[in-house]
Amino acid sequence: MHRLEEIWMTVSVGILIIFMAIVGYQTFSLGMGPPSHAETIDPQKVEETAPFDDPGVKKIGDNEYEVVMTLQSFAFNPSNIEVPAGAKVTFTMTAMDVTHGFQLPGTNINAMVMPGHIQKISHTFDEPGEYLIICNEYCGVGHQAMSTTITVK
Amino acid sequence: MEQPLKETIRQNPKKILGVNPDDAKVALAYLSVSFVSLLIGGILGLLQGLERAGLMQLPSWLNYYQVLTAHGVLLLLVFTATFTIGYQYANLSHSFGGLLAKVRKLAWIGFGLMIIGVVMVATMIILNEASVLYTFYPPLAAHPVFYIGLVFVVLGIWSCCFGVFINYRHWRKNHPGQPTPILAFFAMGVFVLWLFASVGVTIEVLTLIPWSMGIIETTNVMVGRTLFWWFGHTLVNIWYLVATSAWYVIVPKIIGGHHFKEKLIRLVVILLVILNIPGGFHHQIIDPAISIPIKYLHVFMSLAIAVPSLMTAFAMFAVFERTGRKLGGKGLFGWLKKLPWGDVRFLAPMIAMISFIPGGAGGIVNTSNQLNQVIHNTMWVVGHFHVTVGMSVVMTFFGICYWLIPYLAKRVLTPKMSKIGVIQTIIWTIGMTIMAGSMHIAGLFGDPRRTSDTSYGGHEIAASWMSYELIFGIGATFLMIAVIIQVYAVFNMMFFAPKGHTEFPVAEPEEGEEPAPMWTERWGLWIVLLLAVVAMAYVVPIADMIMNAPPGSPPIKTW
Ligand code: HEM
Ligand SMILES: [Cu+2]
Ligand SMILES: [Cu+2]
Repeated sequence: MHRLEEIWMTVSVGILIIFMAIVGYQTFSLGMGPPSHAETIDPQKVEETAPFDDPGVKKIGDNEYEVVMTLQSFAFNPSNIEVPAGAKVTFTMTAMDVTHGFQLPGTNINAMVMPGHIQKISHTFDEPGEYLIICNEYCGVGHQAMSTTITVK
Repeated sequence: MEQPLKETIRQNPKKILGVNPDDAKVALAYLSVSFVSLLIGGILGLLQGLERAGLMQLPSWLNYYQVLTAHGVLLLLVFTATFTIGYQYANLSHSFGGLLAKVRKLAWIGFGLMIIGVVMVATMIILNEASVLYTFYPPLAAHPVFYIGLVFVVLGIWSCCFGVFINYRHWRKNHPGQPTPILAFFAMGVFVLWLFASVGVTIEVLTLIPWSMGIIETTNVMVGRTLFWWFGHTLVNIWYLVATSAWYVIVPKIIGGHHFKEKLIRLVVILLVILNIPGGFHHQIIDPAISIPIKYLHVFMSLAIAVPSLMTAFAMFAVFERTGRKLGGKGLFGWLKKLPWGDVRFLAPMIAMISFIPGGAGGIVNTSNQLNQVIHNTMWVVGHFHVTVGMSVVMTFFGICYWLIPYLAKRVLTPKMSKIGVIQTIIWTIGMTIMAGSMHIAGLFGDPRRTSDTSYGGHEIAASWMSYELIFGIGATFLMIAVIIQVYAVFNMMFFAPKGHTEFPVAEPEEGEEPAPMWTERWGLWIVLLLAVVAMAYVVPIADMIMNAPPGSPPIKTW
């Protein structure tokens, strides 16, 4: 009995350590860490603060784009975005009122966007198509209507 | 005189001990509130399921988010808290042979405070002044009365915490050198955790009151969210500790066996108390403003909880096997057949324990950085906690009802009621499996949680979620039936079942087991360690959130 107990605990703890190693490798060596941008902004002065005084899609390199976006109940600005296939897109976002979520179902894009904080997340859109963008954090009575699209051509 | 009495206590506690009738009233009062909350919360859950599935439309005076706020508050907070207090106080009274009069008074004060608090909170939700969901993330701002009501609820819980601490101290003083009865030891763990779980959220709520009244202009939303999850996540493990008290100590007796080595049981309780609170960060894995190394540290801190859980899994199966073999079970799995599957007092917690396997596996997914990004705020999460809470915890609670309530009400569990319990258990299991299973799958495809309608103008990926949402509705219907049966059973056993004596099933150690080591009783030390772990987890990130804070947010009402 005692022996079995020791084996069980050793194997269990071993699996956890391996698991931690994998998550650590993905996070630190492959740069797959979760969106954790640290910059802040005055949430009551978003429209006067660069870059959010001019939201929109900006070309920043060879098939590389930055989408400067504000989230407000219940809309994304800009909306109905278009980018070419293969584009690497970095979304730079902040919230103008309450906390929102930014999710593209079918991709790994998922980030919390909070007032006072600037959040960034990047993705390369290889597959053409119309992707749905939704707010996945409750933000008020129209939360279910807060969506737009990004079309990859 | 002294010595033989002590000996009897040790060898056969239930002969002389029992819940004193005044204490039984306290427990029954809490349990009544608990199951009324379950009934209302269950009806609201069904409404949500049907609304999301598009099978029903809520009337214009009731919006989905009001319903969801009430469902969350009633089930997550009121149902589980009142059940826990009722059950733990009964355990304490049984273990100690009655509560101290002042402790009983504290429990009643707690009851009064909680009722006042819940009425305030519920009124604001009904008036649509607090559609902020149970997480009330600022800067969504509810009516000040909502937050004040929450303070009353917390004060009520604290009153019960202090009651337990006072009674424990009193017993310790009068029984030097003797380990506390195991159920009382669990109660200490539960209420210590509760006290420290609620510290952060109380600070948050106290700052939100003047903010929502306009006295303070802005609030720090990041700190608010972090303090909330310090509480929110710990609450999960409070339930889990409550459920394990039944797994370790009650279930072995019901199947006719003995409990596992007491030293290990106590070690599990201590580990759960010490390691628990930092888990809260896994709710913030994709938040801004928390650095990647800190998030990684918290993957580790969350996973640490898996260690006592795996110890529990081992211990429980060891008890089952040993008991099954003692009852004549042969071969590798023959002992399984010897377990009393037809006894609801065993069946319900057993299914609860089994569902902890997928529940725990899902939890490991949620807490790992990259996988979290796939499922965060999707229906996967809702599926996850309906398995962990809705099955592992709640089914254990249901199973406890079938002996605790007749015991307290001085009535009996009739064979017919036991059968109704078995049917209830099966319907609940089917309902939760259907609902939580389809929620998990829909979530993997991106279906968001907390959303009244997910059609998104008919976009094709949204359309792919629809069939799963219909399945949620079907599962929800099964669950509603099971809720009605359970509530019927509880109140029947409380007021109408035939009078008589029911056993309070407390398992005893195996023959010749050593008594529990006294070092496990050093709660001062466990609290110091708990605080050290909390400090390790929270000091750096919260200091960072405060020192590098953006200008705060004013209160906003978007509903
Ligand atoms: C009749 C049984 C139940 C049904 C039909 C049901 C149904 C649901 C549904 C459909 C949702 C998802 C709402 C959404 O995200 O849009 C939900 C959320 C939730 N349920 Fe249940 N549920 C039941 C029982 C329980 C129980 C027993 C608990 C806990 C003890 C519970 C706790 C929760 C919580 C905490 C949420 C999340 C609330 C939020 O996101 O703010 N539910 N429930
Ligand atoms: Cu939203
Ligand atoms: Cu958690």
